[in-house]
Amino acid sequence: MGIVHGDQMILNIGPQHPSTHGVLRLEVKTDGEIVSEVKPYLGYLHRCFEKHCENVTYEQVVPYTDRCDYLAAMNSNFGYVVAMEELMEIKVPERVDYIRVIMGELNRVASHLLALGVYGLDVGAFTPFLYMLRDRERILDMFEYTCGARLLYNYMWVGGVSHDLPKDFVQICLDFLDYFEPQISEYNELLTYNKIFIERTADVGVLPADVAVSFGVTGPNLRGSGVKWDVRKDEPYSIYDRFDFDVPTGTGEFGTVGDCFDRYWVRMLEVKESVKILRQALKDIPDGDVHQAIPKKIRPPKGSVYRRTESPRGDLGYYIVSDGTPVATRLKMRSPAFTALSVLDEISRGWMISDVIAILGSLDIVLGEIDR
Amino acid sequence: MGVLENNFKDNVIVASLDKLLGWARSTSPWYFQFGLACCAIEMMAAAASRHDLERIGMMPRSSPRQADVMIVAGTVTMKMALRVKKLYEQMADPKYVISMGSCATSGGPYWQHGYHVLKGVDLIVPVDVYIPGCPPRPESLIEGLLKLQEKIQTERPLTRKSV
Amino acid sequence: MTFAEIKATIEKQYPGSVLENEGLGDHQVELKGEQWIEIATYMKTDPTLCFDQLECITGVDTGEEGPLQSRYNLHSMEHRHKIEVVICHDRKNPKVASIEQLWRIGDWFERETYDMFGIVYEGHRDLRRILCPDDWEGWPLRKDYEGQESYHGIIVPKIKEEEGWE
Repeated sequence: MGIVHGDQMILNIGPQHPSTHGVLRLEVKTDGEIVSEVKPYLGYLHRCFEKHCENVTYEQVVPYTDRCDYLAAMNSNFGYVVAMEELMEIKVPERVDYIRVIMGELNRVASHLLALGVYGLDVGAFTPFLYMLRDRERILDMFEYTCGARLLYNYMWVGGVSHDLPKDFVQICLDFLDYFEPQISEYNELLTYNKIFIERTADVGVLPADVAVSFGVTGPNLRGSGVKWDVRKDEPYSIYDRFDFDVPTGTGEFGTVGDCFDRYWVRMLEVKESVKILRQALKDIPDGDVHQAIPKKIRPPKGSVYRRTESPRGDLGYYIVSDGTPVATRLKMRSPAFTALSVLDEISRGWMISDVIAILGSLDIVLGEIDR
Repeated sequence: MGVLENNFKDNVIVASLDKLLGWARSTSPWYFQFGLACCAIEMMAAAASRHDLERIGMMPRSSPRQADVMIVAGTVTMKMALRVKKLYEQMADPKYVISMGSCATSGGPYWQHGYHVLKGVDLIVPVDVYIPGCPPRPESLIEGLLKLQEKIQTERPLTRKSV
Repeated sequence: MTFAEIKATIEKQYPGSVLENEGLGDHQVELKGEQWIEIATYMKTDPTLCFDQLECITGVDTGEEGPLQSRYNLHSMEHRHKIEVVICHDRKNPKVASIEQLWRIGDWFERETYDMFGIVYEGHRDLRRILCPDDWEGWPLRKDYEGQESYHGIIVPKIKEEEGWE
């Protein structure tokens, strides 16, 4: 932290602070209330994901990917299986692709709902959190109905998915969407257009686009800065090129482009886009066998692959090095929240301590994925 | 009991002070809001709309000084273990620990190759209730908390312990 | 630009820097470590290449005998092309120039690779461990790593190694 001069003071936040979204320690150097430097200390949840991947077979990696990004476990699975299928050149049946997209988008909605609700908590609004968790529970119920787990699913396997959808799933999901879409405007009335909320977030923590790219920030945080970059659109994987959806970007509705409000607002708009994708996917889903393409033994050829997918937090990349055995030589996860957190110091200088919490919340980090 | 019986009108309950204290303490154990990993999300879900922990008297507190129960929700790593111990020491007596999920109980899926994972939180702090599951459902957490309440109820804070 | 064109551009600008390696896949190019900082600066600033996004730095341990590697995944937001740069390090003394000041995220990625493999990025202003505690011993993701027996008095239970996976 260096030398502390006369008026300066060092404030320690975490690792058990309720607004650090997990076990993150921030060392904040302040001059009174004004923050002059923020130093994040990570690793309080370093669970040796990559070491495990070098010691267990490829099939057994899937549950560990769940536990990395535990708010969007389906998307973590999705990234891994897409990378593996690219390495092994497996073509999965149509139905599997559709199921994966449905699950991925549902999980994106669930993850964003939690992110938005917790962001409300961070800036002092408790009620929206309860509303959003109420609707999130319904999504988790659908997951539970499909694969038996509420949070960590182990649902997507290399070449397929573990269970086919239940017979009435499509109808249940459509019912949910019919219920859910009007709720979005309720959230907006409750939180988004709240004067206090806007005052707390608009113009705060502005992240310019070039800085965001240099820091490798991706996902809603990058789009909040006005860069139209979405892996689903720009490097389509699975069957995302078949769907018609927009990529919302920040416009500086109440302040500057790239402020906390924009990052929040992009997530809210993305929820709407996910609903759009879901409706299209539910309409077109074909029949088929979901276990047909699952290989008996996963033994990828020698080589390496880097594939990124769009998780709710940004570009989730998997780097897999294979030497032809059933165990990976090296498996690295490129974590989107890791890069998002690295920008915290840059954009919170000059703001007050309470604003640091608002900025950190707007980045939507998941410590499981940062520390792996 | 004979002296007190029938000497009072309505709204009076006669009980031994020990039992009364046990009942009062057991029905409002405030827990330390302290999430570690995936289980913390289920803890949040348990506290939120559907399951609503507050109906059994559980309220989240952000400071260890105000909390009675520490729910260790998630994987404890070596780096965090020293902090968990410190936090436990900061809590005021009487204090209880719930180990939520298999990671906190034994290291869970990170048991074999997790060089940086603490293999069970009971290596550093005493644990009262273990909740299995990876992650446990909110219902399991509530069950565990009710078990803890039963345990607190049987304690006799005023009775001198035989040493 | 296609991968072959990018490779040719680098080869033309810095003759002899591109090493031939049969084992590499598509989009991968092996470079000499000595000139890395100049090549990286060129790749970032040249308008035709313009790799403005550093996606990932992966450290790879190729086995007991083989070298350590740093692999850089670069992507250009402007031209939408990508490349992967492989740099090999000597196992005894792994070091390479730091690109922390070119791409800001390089700071944390290099710290992470240093933490896991012990690869020293020369010129990095704050090269510390990032995930493991500061007083951790050894480089966890190297193949010859053996876990600590105890850490600050916390004993790590010994686990019997199972037989291989076959």
